[in-house]
Amino acid sequence: MTDDRLVIAGREFKSRLWVGTGKYKDFVETQKAIEVSGADVVTVAVRRVNITDRSKENLLDYIDPKKYTILPNTAGCYTVEDAVRYSRLARAAGVSDLVKLEVLGDERTLFPDTAGLIEAAKILIKEGFIVLPYTNDDPIVAKKLVDIGCPAVMPLAAPIGSGLGIRNPYNLKIIMETVKVPIIVDAGVGTASDAALAMEYGADAVLMNTAIAGAQDPLAMAEAMRYAVHAGRLAYKAGRIPRKLYATASSPIEGML
Amino acid sequence: MQDAAIHIHVNGQARTWRSGVTVADLLKDLDIRTERVAVELNLEILDRAEFDQRQLTNGDRVEILGFIGGGVGSMN
Repeated sequence: MTDDRLVIAGREFKSRLWVGTGKYKDFVETQKAIEVSGADVVTVAVRRVNITDRSKENLLDYIDPKKYTILPNTAGCYTVEDAVRYSRLARAAGVSDLVKLEVLGDERTLFPDTAGLIEAAKILIKEGFIVLPYTNDDPIVAKKLVDIGCPAVMPLAAPIGSGLGIRNPYNLKIIMETVKVPIIVDAGVGTASDAALAMEYGADAVLMNTAIAGAQDPLAMAEAMRYAVHAGRLAYKAGRIPRKLYATASSPIEGML
Repeated sequence: MQDAAIHIHVNGQARTWRSGVTVADLLKDLDIRTERVAVELNLEILDRAEFDQRQLTNGDRVEILGFIGGGVGSMN
């Protein structure tokens, strides 16, 4: 599928599986899991540098920004002001204009505050950011985000880290019909079949972290996800048969005794 | 003046530094490579090119941020 590249804001991506870098045992495991997953986009968070213990290693010593697209997020931001501030800091830290914009609405569900998200996205787009918004599975909000200039939207499958899989496949399908930009299903995937389903529905990519990092064997799950996303994409492009209530024989009647 | 000390906050911690120190000096003293961090001085995000020109003064609040592992949401 070398010709089946994902293109967002003029940037080409080889992999339709994007991965987060949190919750791993150590940087070596993070690095291996990403490698096995085949992902070429990795999300990172922006935080204070540890100034008391400089022996601590840097994540980017393990994930080469020349090899991967580093996608900083605004994880942990609950206000428009914070999300904008963290986005600007991420850009100043020097990777690119890309930001995965999160404005969270509630600590228990980590659902996005979609009103705040739209407001923050407007500010950042005006400043030249390429905003990839983490949003709810709401087609109207997705359309608004695209209308203000987001080159892709990232609706959740289920609450972050819940592993519940796609809670609302019909809304996702409506989003895919409503907006003409890439849809990256972000958050809530639990296992390989969830990722495959998202791709079969027509998602352009899937982003996950906990499903891999939290698995008993993260490297095996990273590999499973790689195949699941690939298989789901192939199945989507191949075009599945329609569902029917009754059987249709696949052997001919002709030639029977 | 050069010998006087200044009191600043670095990443929320009260610190004492030599007078006349620049942002670039501070990063060097802390053994932090400049190419992958963002520096905010009293809520103003600095351009990397400014690091060796901006001198710190008494009461300054400096935030030094970098990238860490993360997916979606945040962990405490």
